[in-house]
This record gives sequence, C-alpha cells and structure tokens, in this order.
Amino acid sequence: MRPRTFEGGIYLLGRKEATQNKPIEDIPLPPEVVIPLHQHVGPPCDPLVQKGDRVLAGQKIGDTDTFISAPIHASFSGEVKAIEPHPYFTGTEVLSVVVVPDGVQEEVRLEVPDQDKLTPDRVRSIVREAGIVGLSGTVFPTHVKLSPPKERPIDSVIINGCECEPYLTGDYRSMLESTESLIVGLKIILMTVGAKKGYFGIGVDKAEAIKRIEDLTAREQNIEVVPLDTKYPQGSERHLIKAILGREVPRDGVPMDIGVLVQNVATTIAITQAVREGKPLMERVLTVTGPGIKNPKNLKVKIGTLVKYLIERCGGFEGEPGKIIFGGVMRGEAQFSLDVPVVKGSQGIVVLPKEMAEISSPRPCVRCGRCVKVCPMSLIPTFIVTYVMEDKIDEANAAGVLECIECGACGLICPTEIPFIQYIRFAKNILLKERKT
Amino acid sequence: MAPEELELVVSVPPHIREREEVSQIMFWVVLGLLPATLGGIYFFHFYAIKVIVLSILAAVATEALFQKARRLPVTINDGSAIVTGLLLALCLPPKVPWWIPVIGGFIAIFLGKQIFGGLGYNIFNPALVARAVLLLSWAEHMTKDWYTALKVDAIARASPLFLAKQVKMGLFQVDLTRFYKICLFGNPSGCIGEVSVLLLLIGGGILLWREIIDWRIPAGFIGSVAVLCPLLGMDPIFHVLAGGLILGAFFMATDYVTSPITPNGRLLFGIGCGLITILLRSYSILLEGVTYAILFMNACTPLIDKYIQPRRFGVSKGK
Ligand code: SF4
Ligand code: SF4
Repeated sequence: MRPRTFEGGIYLLGRKEATQNKPIEDIPLPPEVVIPLHQHVGPPCDPLVQKGDRVLAGQKIGDTDTFISAPIHASFSGEVKAIEPHPYFTGTEVLSVVVVPDGVQEEVRLEVPDQDKLTPDRVRSIVREAGIVGLSGTVFPTHVKLSPPKERPIDSVIINGCECEPYLTGDYRSMLESTESLIVGLKIILMTVGAKKGYFGIGVDKAEAIKRIEDLTAREQNIEVVPLDTKYPQGSERHLIKAILGREVPRDGVPMDIGVLVQNVATTIAITQAVREGKPLMERVLTVTGPGIKNPKNLKVKIGTLVKYLIERCGGFEGEPGKIIFGGVMRGEAQFSLDVPVVKGSQGIVVLPKEMAEISSPRPCVRCGRCVKVCPMSLIPTFIVTYVMEDKIDEANAAGVLECIECGACGLICPTEIPFIQYIRFAKNILLKERKT
Repeated sequence: MAPEELELVVSVPPHIREREEVSQIMFWVVLGLLPATLGGIYFFHFYAIKVIVLSILAAVATEALFQKARRLPVTINDGSAIVTGLLLALCLPPKVPWWIPVIGGFIAIFLGKQIFGGLGYNIFNPALVARAVLLLSWAEHMTKDWYTALKVDAIARASPLFLAKQVKMGLFQVDLTRFYKICLFGNPSGCIGEVSVLLLLIGGGILLWREIIDWRIPAGFIGSVAVLCPLLGMDPIFHVLAGGLILGAFFMATDYVTSPITPNGRLLFGIGCGLITILLRSYSILLEGVTYAILFMNACTPLIDKYIQPRRFGVSKGK
C-alpha cells in the first residue's frame, strides 16, 4: 500500500545520513547562557530576577499575565550577570537574562499531583507553568492549544513525526530514545482535550521509529500509527491532517475548527516531563549539522546556549562557513552572527559551506509551472510574486498570498531563482498591518 | 577564525536549491528533438543540415545582437534561442533557399520574442510566429520545395495533407495502411522534422519521462483530434500522423512561456489546439492547421490562466 500523503509538494533529498544514527548527546556546561524573555507567540515576559541574583535551574525568571504567553525559566543554576537586549535569531534584539552557571546545577521542580489525580485543568496549569510552547518553531503556547472552547470539541490528536526538513534528525532520535514518554504524552493530551483518537503521523523514511511506536501501542485501541509518504512539506499541520484524516483546515481557520489538535514530538515529550516529573522547559533536543560542520550531532541543549559554543562542541567548521541557519534549510533563518542563543523553538543549526551559500540571481519567470506543481496550498506562486513586484498587493491577496505557509518548495525548484519568500513576506506584512488598523 | 571575521550570507529561505537550470531544460528539449533531427538528416542529407545550421545560427545571432544593442545581459547560454532555431528548421521543407531559414530565425527571435521583452514575456511561440510569417510571405517556397531528388512514388512525394485534400476531392485513391507506415517510419516529404512520427514519439517520450513537458498538452491535443475526427467523418489515424501534429503537440504547444501554467489549463489548452486544428483542416483551405491552432491558443493563454486555476487548499468548491 502506498503511504498516505497530500497533493502537491516535492520529494527532497533527506540529507539526514550524518546524524540519523547518532544518539542524542549531552554537552558540557557552557561559560554562560543568554535566555531571551520572549520565546513564544504573544507579548514578551517581564523579568522576575535582578542582576546579581542567584537563580536555580528551573526557576521562573520571566512571566506575564497574558493568556497567550508562556513563562521563561533559568536553564542553569548560577548568577544573573546582566539583563540586557541581546541579538536574537530573527535578526532583532530581545531583552535577555544572562546567567553564569555555577556548575552545581541545583534544580527546582514544579509541584505535580499523583498521576491518578490528574485533571484536564491541572494539566493545563502545569503545562503553562512549565513554559511549554510548540517546539517545532511555531512556539505557540501549548496550554492555549490544550484549551479548546466548548463549542469546538477536539476529536482527534495527531503527533507530528514527519520531520520533513532535510538534515534534521532530532525528532527522529527522540522518537527512538524517548518512545515511552512520547506515548504517555499523547495519552495526557487525549485526556486533557477529551479526544477519542490519537495518531502518530510518521514519515516512512523513519521505519525504525514507526516500528517501535507500533510495538508499544499495539494494545491501545485508540492510538494508531500512520506511515506517511516522505514528501515535503508533509510535516505542515494542514497537510498532516489532510493525509491522516482527509479533512482540510479552512483557509483562514485553525485545526481546532475541524476538531483536530496537532502536537510535535518534542512538545509531547516536554508535556510528559512536566506533568510526570514537574520539569519546566529548560532544554531541548536539536541537530547541529550540515556539510559545514566537522562533526554533526544530535544534542540535548539548555535554552540560552550560544550557537558559537555548540559549533565548538561539534568540532568547529568544516571548510569556510557560508551560511548559518537557525532551523532547517527549507524554512529556517540565516544568521548574521554566532552570538545568538538557542531558544525553545530552535530545531537545528545547519551550517552550509561557502560553495553552498549561493546568492541567487533572479531572472524573469519562464512559466515552466514547477512552482504551481509543488505548491502544497495549490497557489500560483509566480503570479503572486508578479503582483507584489508590480505593487498590486490587493491582487496578491486575492491570489491567496496569506494562505502561503512559507514552505519554500517553490523557491527550491524554480529554474530562474525567484526569491518567492521575500516578496510573499513583504505582501503579508502590509496586509496584516492593514488588517489590524 | 574569529567569528567576527566570518562572511555570512543572509537571505530568505529556502537555503538549498534542487532546481534544473533553464539551460538544462533546453538541453533536454534539444535531446528530445535529436531523433527527429537525425531522421531528417538521414533522409535529406546536406539540405537538412544546411537549413538546421542556418536557422540556429540566425536565431542565436539575432538574440545576441539584440541584447547587445539594448545593453541587456546576453543570455544565449540558456539555450532557448538554439531550441527556437532548431524547432523552426524542423518545420521547414528541406529544399528551401538558404535565406528562408536565415530570415525565419531572425523573425522568430526578433518578432516572436525580443520585442515582447525576451524569454518569459513573449505571447506567441517564436518558431511558429516565424513559420506563419514565412508561410504568408513565401508560400511558394514553403509548400512546394519538397525534396524530389529521391526516387519516391506519388504518395510519398506529396505533402500528406495536400494529398488528403486531393483524396477527399476524389482525385486519386490511396492505400491508407501503406500511408500510415510511411508516416510512422519514414516519409521523405514534408518538413525536415516530420519524416518519422516514431522518431518524434521517442523524443517526446524522453521529455515526458524527464518531466520536462506536461503530458496534459500532448494528451489533450492528440486525444481531441483522435476523438473529433470520427465524429466529423475523418480518419483519425491519418490526421494524427500527418501534418506535423505530433511535432506540434509534443514540442511546440508545450513551450512553457506560451502555454498555460496550471495543470487543468494545460489540458484545456491541448484540447483547444486539437479542436482548432481539425476545424481548420476540415473547413478551410489552410493546410497549416497545427501552426495556426497553436498560435491561436497561445493568444488564449492569459485568459486560460486567469480562469482555470486549481482549487486552493482549504477553500471549498462553491466559494
Ligand atoms: S518555477 Fe519559477 S520559472 Fe517556473 S513558473 Fe514558477 S516562477 Fe516561473
Ligand atoms: S507559495 Fe508558499 S505554500 Fe506555495 S510552495 Fe511557495 S512557499 Fe510553499
């Protein structure tokens, strides 16, 4: 049987060989960590500590009282050296708490009830206090996702095990190494939102993970493992839901509108750790990889660790680095500096050597139709770009620019190297600003 | 190296490319045309080589000169002018005077492409524009200069479509099965690229396999001809094999710039080409159904692109 999938998209080279068989490693204590006070969708947190304070690992150091937000925790015990703006992976600066670890790693944990006394509300409050957000880069506060309004009940929960970004293998390793936590996490989510059925959607390139999870869930009536085609962007929420349940999220809607909740692997494991052990979110698994890295690895990294330190831990650069990417090569952001910290949403650091860091030289579209063929949202990317170039933002809107999920598939294959995302973001910014006013 | 000294490239995602260059695409198109080109050379020897070389040279030279004159980057390396020149040569008769391919190559690039703004902006297929202009201006050379040095019989010597008109008028009887065979395997009449439908199909097959062209255009084109002919009391096999239909369906109608961009639009485009070809062949004296059909549909392309668009994800049908 052919694995299930969606229409459009593109078969990419996986490029995962360098790290897919390497177990997740811990790294030694960094000399300092820089913890940004804004790592989620929603307003930034206010600092709860002062310069010179001693903090414990897991201590809350930033919070706000807005519903859509998540608190920030110290990832090491140590002294607060400064609270100051610091470069952030998006290119801006964000108020951050600089902590110098003392090496003792004294920890505080959240208070958690006995597992049989867990209630949905309790889970939500623990998840919020633990500062858990979507760890796939969306960084949407998880407790909000776990609180569907009564009139929109959730019937299905999907764990996103696609990891369709080339090079990245953190989720894959976590599925193999923390399989039980992952399954427990799904059960906690099912209980919390009152959904009947849970699914694991996993790419067929991760056969070992499929098998392990299938073995461990064989007796669970309400959990199903669905092998999915290794097509990009299968890991997009909308396309995952489409492939597994055949339902389409309306263009301006969210999965909740059609009774579905999607969580990614890392988030689900974080939920288990918070609810079971009271562990706040202060570390994450990420892949430091790419042909520009000497010794690519899957690492468990404390939030706030600087990229330059991670690169050192992986043997430094291989050749001359040309591009350093936060996230994956399809959707991640290229960095100006190595002085940026790992945040909750960082799935990987990919270094490309000089020869691969090409600067595109766009030429007029030859109308080959490749971008149309691969667009998973069935847009006509070249028309959108043309409208934006001609400053016809309203026509770009009518052509669906706001529906674009910025998967990058169009830019990947375009023979004339059109920088789609640049134009698309430009138009989106204008339209979203207009919408607000 | 200290991090401050790093020269990092910062640009929007995606950060890798898995693309085919325009020049690679054009390479495959030339390769797809190669079997038919060789077939033409096999049958017409030096005459074919002369026309092909002159046509390509004229096209490439026009492109380079024009871009130089307008101080634009010269893009002859992308191979598109070579493809245009070759396509034009393949739809010329082998024994035309030397200046026909030269003027043709010039017209194709100048009138067909550059005055619109170059590759990507032209509305009509450049090779077909040139062919149409040549047909209107020098019909004599374009239809009568068949190669007659070879010893071939009456059937094979006449242009198939010209023959068809005569058969229709009852002028003489033809053994159709024999005719099919000639068209399929080797028909030393007509244009350079049309000597063998089989060779064209091999080339077309290569392009389909490499996904250089969209199957929907040739399928719509050939399919609609095959379906429509019996309805109009015409012989479908004859009309599919004759008159450059295969050459047009696989290599001319599939030109990216001048055909629609969406899958359904392409199917519609192909079907439109087929319908118009048959209408022209049955109701008018024009023997050149394929050329004018494709040019007409080229003109419809912006309209098709505007109205035939895929259903967007998450948008229900009625909206
Ligand atoms: S892939 Fe590039 S050249 Fe092809 S249609 Fe899209 S924008 Fe044009
Ligand atoms: S237009 Fe947007 S959704 Fe479509 S392929 Fe391009 S980046 Fe992906």
